[in-house]
Amino acid sequence: MTAATAAAGHKHPDYMRIFWALAILTVVELAVVFAPIPKLVIAAALVVLAVWKAALVAMYFMHLRFETKTLGWIAVTPLAIATLLVFLLLPDGLAVDHKTSREKPAAEAPAKK
Amino acid sequence: MTAEAAALHGAVEPAETPVTPESWGKLGMWIFLAGDAVGFGTLLAAYGAMRATSADWPNPYDVLGINLTAAMTFLLICSSVTMVKALEWLGKGDRITCRLYLLATALGGAIFVGLQGYEWSKLIHEGLLISGMHGHALELAKGHGAALFGASFFIVTGFHGLHVTGGVIYLLSIIRYVTNRPDPAASYNAVEIVGLYWHFVDLVWIMVFTFMYLL
Repeated sequence: MTAATAAAGHKHPDYMRIFWALAILTVVELAVVFAPIPKLVIAAALVVLAVWKAALVAMYFMHLRFETKTLGWIAVTPLAIATLLVFLLLPDGLAVDHKTSREKPAAEAPAKK
Repeated sequence: MTAEAAALHGAVEPAETPVTPESWGKLGMWIFLAGDAVGFGTLLAAYGAMRATSADWPNPYDVLGINLTAAMTFLLICSSVTMVKALEWLGKGDRITCRLYLLATALGGAIFVGLQGYEWSKLIHEGLLISGMHGHALELAKGHGAALFGASFFIVTGFHGLHVTGGVIYLLSIIRYVTNRPDPAASYNAVEIVGLYWHFVDLVWIMVFTFMYLL
């Protein structure tokens, strides 16, 4: 197959539009970090923005939107594994009593005075 | 070519399959990248688990700063654009412009690694080490000196930096590949595949930047 037919096969997206979208989303991320909103909202917003940017790169720069389904399934596999991993690690993160608590040294400090 | 020879050739490398109509190389790169993504995903998940179970994890941007890293993020996005431009120009049959864009992409990657080296040496100088946090880094962290913070930071950003370094070498070798092939169509697949790798490295950085610097 020639380069010409390959280029015709993919409808080339407007790459500059994707670039500006990525640049703007990065600026939004930086603004969100220091926004006066609850930490949990910041974290959720940052995750959404990051996934959005990653999806833009995969869909348009990596042409996933214009590829066969097989490549799409290959790309989705690590996402499924990563999601599973988060649930596997969740019990560790939620086990608060395992934390090396900072409260202990803080409680000792006044005692020393 | 006899029908027999054609059949044999077809058995070794079918020109088209339902799995990947364009090239086996692309399928191979996607499978490699899926595996690599699991590697990065595991590192980031481990980072999250360590952070969630530590009570004295600092605010990453207090210690790391994000101005330089934001610029590095922008640089990597720009290098992704030069990468797609390289492929676009090769598709139009212009090998010279394609190679210039490939070179610009490699240069972007090299500058990225250089800036990362500068960032690392600054942080190490401030007292952020694999073994823990000391001196000025500990002050910046407002006393939240989780020992694993430095270790996880250097491992994840180092793993990504190695990918960028490998990508720069890969890009340079593809410039040579294009140079050696007068027919632009002959190197189209190779350029598309190096592009997949390069965009993946950009994609991973988007994740690393968010999870290790901003969150």
